[in-house]
Amino acid sequence: MKKFLPYAIGLVMISVPFIGTPQYPLHLMIVILIWSMVYTSWSLMGRFGLVSLGHGAFMTVGAYVTALLWNYGGISPWIGIPASLLTAAALAFIVAYPCFQFRIIGHYFALVTLALSEVVRLIIMATRDYTGGSLGFTPNREGDGTSLYALQFADKETFYLVVLGGWALSLLIWKLVDRSMMRYALDAISEDEESSAAAGIYVTRTKLKITVLSAMMTALGGAFYCQYQMFVAPDVVGGIGISLQIIFAVVVGGIYTWMGPTIGAIITIMMTEIFRNIITDLRTEGIDLAGLDTTVYGLMLVLFIIFLPKGVLGELLDRLAGGRAKKQAPATQPADSG
Amino acid sequence: MDGIFDIYLVEALVNGLLFGGVLALLSLGLNLIFGVVDVIWICYAELVMFGMYTMYWLNGVYEIHILLSALAAIGVVAILGLLVHVLVIAPILGSPPINQLLATGGLLFFFQSVATLMWGIEFKNLGLRLPILEYNEMYFSYARLLAFGVALTGMVALYLFLTRTYIGAAIRAISQDREIMVLMGVDSRKVYWVTALVGGGLAGLASCLLVLQYDVHPFVGITFGPITFIICVLGGLGNMLGGFIGAFILSLIISVGGLYAELEWGYVMAFVFFIVMMFIRPQGLLGNK
Repeated sequence: MKKFLPYAIGLVMISVPFIGTPQYPLHLMIVILIWSMVYTSWSLMGRFGLVSLGHGAFMTVGAYVTALLWNYGGISPWIGIPASLLTAAALAFIVAYPCFQFRIIGHYFALVTLALSEVVRLIIMATRDYTGGSLGFTPNREGDGTSLYALQFADKETFYLVVLGGWALSLLIWKLVDRSMMRYALDAISEDEESSAAAGIYVTRTKLKITVLSAMMTALGGAFYCQYQMFVAPDVVGGIGISLQIIFAVVVGGIYTWMGPTIGAIITIMMTEIFRNIITDLRTEGIDLAGLDTTVYGLMLVLFIIFLPKGVLGELLDRLAGGRAKKQAPATQPADSG
Repeated sequence: MDGIFDIYLVEALVNGLLFGGVLALLSLGLNLIFGVVDVIWICYAELVMFGMYTMYWLNGVYEIHILLSALAAIGVVAILGLLVHVLVIAPILGSPPINQLLATGGLLFFFQSVATLMWGIEFKNLGLRLPILEYNEMYFSYARLLAFGVALTGMVALYLFLTRTYIGAAIRAISQDREIMVLMGVDSRKVYWVTALVGGGLAGLASCLLVLQYDVHPFVGITFGPITFIICVLGGLGNMLGGFIGAFILSLIISVGGLYAELEWGYVMAFVFFIVMMFIRPQGLLGNK
């Protein structure tokens, strides 16, 4: 039973666009899948204590490089997306290599990456003649809006399958990392860098690998986001706001678990969506409650970090494994499980 | 041609120096809190935003005297700072530092949206414009001059507080060794409370000066929040003198960089400078260890 469950879920998910799912739920699912992919990519490194506040930058790069190459160079996203991934990888390397080489960890690493996310956002703003600055940027439509060459699909059904693939890829990579030797190395590094180095682990190289991988996957999420919405703005895919949002969703879902980021995406996006509908309803009655959604959101995140630091899924799995876990000494960091 | 160009450069340099005063004041409180409690308040700039709104309502709307409004704003933000510490930071003092950072990040969203909910997203200002100083065809903002002076005074006052009072000595001691001082009989909770109050008060003071130069809106914190963090890190987290110097270096870069291109490039250069400096001196300009 347990063995077939993932396949059954996978089959259901693939069949979603073929059974006449209405447009609105389909749209929500696409958005959730795109963000789940980004969140999962962040957690690739986040679960090892490499807390980056710079993933908004990678997402921005993924979205903008692809869209700018298409609009100004006429270069198909089939080449543009790999180019944007390489750009994100290069950016991650340039910032992360010295960071790791000079043992910039914890707070300091978070703040250096925060600066990175500001740099990228500000560059987009400063080059507003080309990028549209804070007003955003719209990729040119190809023909009637559906073109495999331009990776643009007027119908949501096709795009659903595309992002489903992307999401599955991010989960696959998570699993592969989880089962590799690198995972043990990173676990050791997150506990104590110097001892790990003494034990023969290439600290800088290992951290760099996971960072570049995480950055590239995040950029891919950004590119998908832009191709789907056909619009990007620096505050929608980048900046400190998005960088924090990524971390929060992961924390809410469960940072150390396989499906945690996805659960986090479902919870946070559904909540935002429900609140948005309530606010819109109230506005027609003349009550303006703009900001209510993020008020509750922010409050919830603070409460989560105080009371449920392992996230919803992490806590749930702990409870389920309760009987066994109680007998053993409580682990400081739950071992992974999907 | 050269002469005119130089005037602009001098003007940019002086304005940069004056802008640095505000940034230095902002970083002062954050540095104090970091040095003592070892937590970075990502929501620090949002506290400043609340101070600016207090100024706006008291002075701009109810027309209470500006100095009284300023005192009220300092008080409001100081109490907010205390609340942040007691309600959010204190319960998670034992958890990983990154959780503490994230909790204050959650507060950032919370504060921004509470302000949106209460006051809407319109830009508001005091409707008060301080005169602009003209000297030799160069123009300097009076508000910035004032901010610079207050920042210097604030720095000196904080220095005296930390070195000449009993609680100040306790604050310095606890920032040097958190565990030992508790064993020596220092009530660390009380020290943390005073630190949060003073740190909040400094944010309040900064807000009084910022409201003279900038419009207030719920997202105003984002415009100077990130730069404040990197100033603290650049100077060496917890090192107030380092932060002070860092503030002036970055403000000069922003000001002069913005002279040659759009203002954003000035900020880009400042952030890039910061990243490069982190690689050269990861512990900060004046940090030790």
